[in-house]
Amino acid sequence: MTTTVAAAPRGDVGQDRSLQAQRARAAFWFLAPMLVMLILVAAWPLFRSISFSFTDATADTIFNGQSEWVGFANYLEMRVRDSGEVRWRGVLVDPDWWNAVWNTVRFAFVSVAFETVLGLLVALVLNAEFKGRGIVRAAILIPWAIPTIVSARMWGWMLNDQFGVINYMLQGMGIIDQPIAWTARPDTAMIAVLIVDIWKTTPFMALLILAGLQMIPRDMYEAARLDGVHPVRVFFKVTLPLLRPALLVAVIFRILDALRIFDLIYVLTPRSEGTVTMSVLSYLQLQQFGDYGEGSAQSTLLFLIITLFVTLYIWLGRVDLSGDRS
Amino acid sequence: MANIQLKNVTKSYGAVTVIKGVDLDIRRGEFMVFVGPSGCGKSTLLRLIAGLENITTGDLFFDGQRVNNVVPSERGIAMVFQSYALYPHMKVYDNMAFGMKLAGANPEERDTRVRKAAKMLQIDHLLDRLPKQLSGGQRQRVAIGRAITRDPKVFLFDEPLSNLDAALRVATRLEIARLHHDMNSVTMIYVTHDQVEAMTLADRICVLRDGRVEQVGTPTELYERPNSTFVATFIGSPKMNLIDGALAAPHGAATVGIRSEHMDVMPEGQGLWTGRVIHSEDLGSDNYLFVDIGSAEPVIVRQPGKAVIADGATVSLSPRPGMLHRFNAEGRPIQPALAAE
Amino acid sequence: MSESSPFWTAMFYLGVVLIVVIAVYPFYYAIVTSFETGTALFTPSLWPENFSWTNYVAVFTGRNFLRSVANSVLVAGVTVVASLFFAVTASYALARVRFRGRGPLLMMILGVSMFPQIAVLSGLYELVNWLGIYNTPVALMLSYTIFTLPFTVWVLTTFMRDLPVEIEEAAIVDGASPWVIITQVFLPLLWPALVTTGLLAFIGAWNEFLFALTFTVSETQRTVPVAIALLSGASQQEIPWGPIMAASVVVTVPLIVLVLIFQRKIVAGLTAGGVKG
Repeated sequence: MTTTVAAAPRGDVGQDRSLQAQRARAAFWFLAPMLVMLILVAAWPLFRSISFSFTDATADTIFNGQSEWVGFANYLEMRVRDSGEVRWRGVLVDPDWWNAVWNTVRFAFVSVAFETVLGLLVALVLNAEFKGRGIVRAAILIPWAIPTIVSARMWGWMLNDQFGVINYMLQGMGIIDQPIAWTARPDTAMIAVLIVDIWKTTPFMALLILAGLQMIPRDMYEAARLDGVHPVRVFFKVTLPLLRPALLVAVIFRILDALRIFDLIYVLTPRSEGTVTMSVLSYLQLQQFGDYGEGSAQSTLLFLIITLFVTLYIWLGRVDLSGDRS
Repeated sequence: MANIQLKNVTKSYGAVTVIKGVDLDIRRGEFMVFVGPSGCGKSTLLRLIAGLENITTGDLFFDGQRVNNVVPSERGIAMVFQSYALYPHMKVYDNMAFGMKLAGANPEERDTRVRKAAKMLQIDHLLDRLPKQLSGGQRQRVAIGRAITRDPKVFLFDEPLSNLDAALRVATRLEIARLHHDMNSVTMIYVTHDQVEAMTLADRICVLRDGRVEQVGTPTELYERPNSTFVATFIGSPKMNLIDGALAAPHGAATVGIRSEHMDVMPEGQGLWTGRVIHSEDLGSDNYLFVDIGSAEPVIVRQPGKAVIADGATVSLSPRPGMLHRFNAEGRPIQPALAAE
Repeated sequence: MSESSPFWTAMFYLGVVLIVVIAVYPFYYAIVTSFETGTALFTPSLWPENFSWTNYVAVFTGRNFLRSVANSVLVAGVTVVASLFFAVTASYALARVRFRGRGPLLMMILGVSMFPQIAVLSGLYELVNWLGIYNTPVALMLSYTIFTLPFTVWVLTTFMRDLPVEIEEAAIVDGASPWVIITQVFLPLLWPALVTTGLLAFIGAWNEFLFALTFTVSETQRTVPVAIALLSGASQQEIPWGPIMAASVVVTVPLIVLVLIFQRKIVAGLTAGGVKG
């Protein structure tokens, strides 16, 4: 044990061996592998995809390096023909693209609206205490557990125009007199897709909302009951406001998923212009036509739309996603 | 056995400074208690000594060695937490042996030390249980046992009795005092907000307020010679009566202080102050009279036995000689205390 | 809902029945269909008209169906295990260690999980070919991390945050390094969360379609969703509904069983990621 006071000046040379420094160093090494993976499978491919959108790459030329830089041509390009006629081409003036955008937005808002309202109703039911509650909860997990592709096939079968049980039941009840080709007709295809998606996803929303409901202290309801407040008013004045944070989070996750939708549409209504979404359109462009330039432009636009949407939503709703403020 | 020196230690979290320049010497082998109101920084100070938080400016020395940048496990300390902080998935034996295992001690030595500590705390029959199978008092003993097996030079206690019920608190307090005596007087630093614990366990007490040291001294020193009105009212229960204004002026002080046990109740007209009894509390062994003598707050007087003076009666109070404290406008003592007259 | 009038109670239970029927019927119908063959397929009924295992035989002896199940198990399994491994250490750093930029980093990780998969498809396609793993399960294991990793990190960070601080501090005083804290102190407390997170990630990886469709080309390399989507009949026009339903049932029943067994944990995991996080 030294007897002299080792009063070293602050700002010692050498490694800071304090606890915080040791932990910060460990944190770096703990995070590094994960970050490297994410850069490899997310950041880099995204960068490459965006780059493709500025080239005229095709399925062949992306590998032999013969694609050329074309700037924004895939997005919007003005061409003047010899006749003096001005023609615009590019994704931004492509009617198919805007149809896809419209389909996607339409799908997103309708599906999420239904899923939220129905999910809320189911959550309210599950929040009540009654015999058989466990069975109901188990039952609603089934649509969620079924793989999307399987759901698509299953419902495709049920919505089949000749042999489907839905047409059978509707005709039986006298609601329609001719079977409807749900997935084939452009006007009903979107309805078919919506039915399946709402069926699949309402349980997920219901569970999220249920969690939010269960965080509301019971005292609130008891106090309201003591005050003689009507249950419907309690719902709108007490429950809904307290549920707002959970609802906001659930809704934003769902809208994001809905904007990206691919699987269901590709399998249930493959060639329908009534349901082709931005993801599906981009995929067809890339894989079936091999047009990497235009396909990448479309996927990049989708990416931008989603980023914009998320930023807007967080900024407007001031949704606290990282839990730092809670 | 270490002595610990803090030299001008401050701790800030961003713009908020929680510890504002603390100088303190803790002697080898003493039982030092940090006491103060909530938010005074006593727990923070303990954690700085432990090394769980970084010191912002200033120096911390253990036996003359600067330890600002040394990790907790290398400082020779052990800590007992308020919530016991036992590892829930490990048996009591493993909880106590964990530190040694990490340090590479061999199994025999681990076994010896664990059993020795268990015997000292009378928990040897619990070694195979999981924490959730133990009562609060037993868990606290395991936590202490875990600290003992580290064979530390300094024990740190962070409000260890707060989670126990009153009866258990008194019993465990006794155990801790006994421990200090048995362990060849290892240095112990103990944080509490309860001044009774402080008065009964400490060799010296450090009273903290708002991130600064108010006073350091033995319990007796703090009781008899508080160096501020804050310490005067913090130590001792019930609080020292403080009287200011017109009633204090005749004694040449801005404020005078007198403890409830240092006054006698006299018939009306025979004491220094006169007033009406507005309230009384009978605790069986003593009773306390609340007398309104015209000061800002009623004066509390302690009387032995059952109350014999009724509410509403007018009495006079006579401070005992040498027990009247005088304080100036800044709350600092004026010397010497006067005889009552 | 404390209305005690019989009318509202009846309505309530009607609603409950409706919910259960709507939730379960489609799958029930798929099961019924899977046991029907021939013309019975084409007349909807509540119960199989002529109970037969033909479809199932066709599925199991059919080309490469079992192989695709094995592929799915392999890909989902490896992806999840690898992701959990990376995620446990990363989530400790994100949840328990204070460092500059932690908030933004978490946001960024969450952001990656919001990428539309199609936006990285062409880039990944190039990468997969460059690495020479096209049309192998490795391509999928690699690309699936784009969603399993952020998800597992996010959910585990939430669980890590809830672990008591004082236990960690006691371990620090005992001389535990961060690695020891994770493996010997936290992991035993966290393993239910790991199971849940792993299960949810497994289900997500199992169901994935787009990457599996794009990065595999031969029938032997397909995963289950692709196999079912592309199940084709004897001729171009004929869709083999019977075998499709049988395949669907085969693939879904284990999933449903798993989900039902772990339902409490799954609900906790979903909500931890969605609501509390």
